[in-house]
Amino acid sequence: MCGICGCDQPETGHRVHEGHEHDHEHAHPHHHHHHPHDRAHDPHGAHTHDAPHESRVVTVQRDILEKNDRFAAVNRRLFAAARTLALNLVSSPGSGKTTLLVRTLRELRARAPLAVIEGDQQTSLDADRIRATGVPAVQINTGKMCHLDASMISEALGTLPPPERGVLFIENVGNLVCPAGFDLGEAGKVVLASVTEGEDKPRKYPDMFHAARVVLVTKVDLLPHLELDVAALEANVRSVNPRAQVLRVSAQTGEGFAAWLSWIDAALREVEAA
Amino acid sequence: MHEVALAEAIVDLVRDQARRDAFARVRSIRIAVGALSHVEPRALEFGFEAVSRGTVADGAKLVVERPSGEGWCTDCNATVQILANGAPCPRCGGHRWVLTAGDELRVVDLEVD
Repeated sequence: MCGICGCDQPETGHRVHEGHEHDHEHAHPHHHHHHPHDRAHDPHGAHTHDAPHESRVVTVQRDILEKNDRFAAVNRRLFAAARTLALNLVSSPGSGKTTLLVRTLRELRARAPLAVIEGDQQTSLDADRIRATGVPAVQINTGKMCHLDASMISEALGTLPPPERGVLFIENVGNLVCPAGFDLGEAGKVVLASVTEGEDKPRKYPDMFHAARVVLVTKVDLLPHLELDVAALEANVRSVNPRAQVLRVSAQTGEGFAAWLSWIDAALREVEAA
Repeated sequence: MHEVALAEAIVDLVRDQARRDAFARVRSIRIAVGALSHVEPRALEFGFEAVSRGTVADGAKLVVERPSGEGWCTDCNATVQILANGAPCPRCGGHRWVLTAGDELRVVDLEVD
């Protein structure tokens, strides 16, 4: 049985967005509206059907994201058991997440087992690009949803187990707002900001940059063609998140990849030692 | 619009609570949405109205409380008010603070009958 929500499916790999919610509907009890209290409170027979009911207050104090966080905790346990470094890649659409991933996978493939979970509203185009590198990938189509949540990752892990002593990259839906609020069980968020997006992105979307463990300034091969002040962009990142590491990279030329790959190596060693 | 997903989570939670506490109708749902949580209350209210239709939470009023942001500044050694993620410490202008409150997202209580 699934210990997260009590359904009869295993914790990973179950169909959360179809059968799962459906099960809850079936478990929902039927309430019969006899309303015996109305009469009890109305000794003079002046009762009408419009009379207000007695209300009571039920204390709840429960986290709205508790279901997501339960799935995230399960994912985190799976990652820890397999010594998997799970990284959640987030950015605006078009910042170069998939291109960065493809080059990263090619350079990292010989050094560690790898896997990718791809999130997009539609199509399997990105997963196809990833699989062309020889690395296993699962595509999640979120439909109208603007972010991945932890239950979608649990479901994907049913078909794509976390690579042991390796790296699982989760490419989130291109969106600099919503994915910031959803813990997937990852070790850290990798936020991409491409040099064509201007210097102000970190200040305009502070929630996401604030959540980053590392910020990659991408497409730096384009800098000679732009008026962007890359130092100002990096200063803006630091102003909303002084803890994040900031690295400049180009997936076209490979500039900065040595530093990016050694950051991954160090994070992987940290997971292995934990 | 991740607020729709959050509104669905609220309805799920209320439905579960209805099973535990045996109520059939909810008049109001009090929620705490921290000023530094990743949520826009107006979008949440809009989403809630749509996704609660036909459920035990149908017609319930969403009462939104907004606890303000609070952090511990390691340079000032003091609790300070934090106005936004990434905002500087109001005392020293630095950024070396850790959030201690204001990012919560919680159902506080329900008024039911």
